[in-house]
Amino acid sequence: MSSALNRLLKNKLAIFGLAMISLFATAAVFAPFIAPHPPDKQFFEGLTLEGAPLAPNKTFWLGTDLLGRSLFSRLLHGARTSLIIGIAANGAAVFIGAFLGIVAGYLQGLPGTAIMRFTDLMMAFPALLLAIALAAIFRPSLWIVALVIALVNWVQVARVIYSQTVALAAQEYIEAARSIGAAWPRILFIHIVPHLWPTLLVWGTLGISTTVLLEATLSFLGVGVRPPTPSWGGIIYESQSYFLDAPWLVFFPGTAILLLSLAFNLVGDALRDVLDPTQRGRG
Amino acid sequence: MLIFLAQRLGQSVIILIGVTLITFGLAFLMPADPVRMLAGRSATQATVESIRKELGLDQPLPVQYLKYLGRLAQGDLGRSYKQKTQVSELILSRLPATLLLMAGTIFFELLIGLPAGILAATKRGRFADNGIMALSFVGVSIPQFVLGLLLLYVFAHILPIFPLGGYGTLNHLLLPALTLGISGGGWYSRMMRSSMVDVLRQDFIRTARSKGLSELTVVLVHALRNAILPVIAMVGLDIGIFMAGAVVVESVYGWPGIGQLAWQAIQMVDIPIIMGVTLVAAIGIVLGNLLADLVIPFIDPRVYLR
Repeated sequence: MSSALNRLLKNKLAIFGLAMISLFATAAVFAPFIAPHPPDKQFFEGLTLEGAPLAPNKTFWLGTDLLGRSLFSRLLHGARTSLIIGIAANGAAVFIGAFLGIVAGYLQGLPGTAIMRFTDLMMAFPALLLAIALAAIFRPSLWIVALVIALVNWVQVARVIYSQTVALAAQEYIEAARSIGAAWPRILFIHIVPHLWPTLLVWGTLGISTTVLLEATLSFLGVGVRPPTPSWGGIIYESQSYFLDAPWLVFFPGTAILLLSLAFNLVGDALRDVLDPTQRGRG
Repeated sequence: MLIFLAQRLGQSVIILIGVTLITFGLAFLMPADPVRMLAGRSATQATVESIRKELGLDQPLPVQYLKYLGRLAQGDLGRSYKQKTQVSELILSRLPATLLLMAGTIFFELLIGLPAGILAATKRGRFADNGIMALSFVGVSIPQFVLGLLLLYVFAHILPIFPLGGYGTLNHLLLPALTLGISGGGWYSRMMRSSMVDVLRQDFIRTARSKGLSELTVVLVHALRNAILPVIAMVGLDIGIFMAGAVVVESVYGWPGIGQLAWQAIQMVDIPIIMGVTLVAAIGIVLGNLLADLVIPFIDPRVYLR
């Protein structure tokens, strides 16, 4: 594990990703202290005399939005939304996927087939349409959006974990363990699950990238986190009709989404390289 | 072959029935009462009840579901609550636009992804490889709506080359297709690269090289034929991802396809449309999978149908 960490730290793109994640995490945690203005305060001087938003200037570093609120402050608080949903939703998705994948792969037979046919069914669903429909059913709060994303995103984790569990359960050392009388919890948690950790870690990182994008997309379509909670996708949704005159309202939140999603992608990909033994020595 | 086809078709039908169960369940869970929305605020109780009866919403759920299935079998997707037209007609009128966008998207993602992946694989570990792989990450990490809006801003506003959205000419298609093509191209370049790297490591490539063939012939003639298969198969598996992109990009560019239809329907809680679009998209996904399964053995005789 420590050698894996060393190799991870040799990857420049992964370092860049880790730095980005730390930056965003700091911004999210300390948002109220860093932000120069309260995120929801509508400044009278934040709009031009005609009522248009201000371009980036000395008082409002990244400009203001259509209601005269400080975009920089809203972006900082938006980092909270993105990270909380990214981590919670993806954590839940990986947990559900891992649970169902392990159960299906270990039990096989009827329960296994039933679970895997259900994942086939979920694969046939356009994920975004399903998420939109679910988000329209439950009036979305922060946690509901996280739940919706988890309900859509667990499927691929389940498939990967299922095939790995099936392969592991067929190994001779499992048979040997069973023949000396090891009980199923022991076989499962001591002999099988530890081998799944690398995969779960990789999905736990890469999946955050997908989740951040999905949250932004749902908010952009108007079925994500409700205002006034700042969300990067939501900021773009609110200013979409005005963006030709105020491109910074799309450009800055867009860059934030890109950087955060990119960071988790880079780190996840580097993790896969160092954790997957079959990839060792390949490029 | 025929047995395989029959089996796969059977599986597909079962999956589609499962899809109808879920879409039906989702529609039932929708909090807004469609009858109230249809009747309007001032409607009397009697009007509400008569509309409910007319729509068949007063019957028990299993009966409603079976009736829904029966109508589906006849190609009847129901009537839009809001627009008072047949959902199947609405979808059919919107489908060509989405299919056109799909063709454009596939064109751009392959045009970007395949050459980039091949180049990266042949320059493995070097600057071109690292650069392409970093760019491919940017491509898959940028939200499609941000990319769409930025392209609009630069190529339709600052430099007014393309229209600001709409539908009709090739110029209208270019930006939306490019938006989806860039994010798809990122994935394709990664897949093309890893597939190519695997093939270039094989013995017949060493043989080809030792015969004295030029590197260009080795890569483009000998290796590419083998490496491109799994990548091409992905086009069939990609329809679900495309549909998600279509919802976003169609709403950014005002492209009158079924993605936009679905989005508008969600805003108005027009349940039959949501169910219909989801079902059509699911059919597309299932067909795409089936197609991928069927096409691969034709390109690669080593794969037998089981």
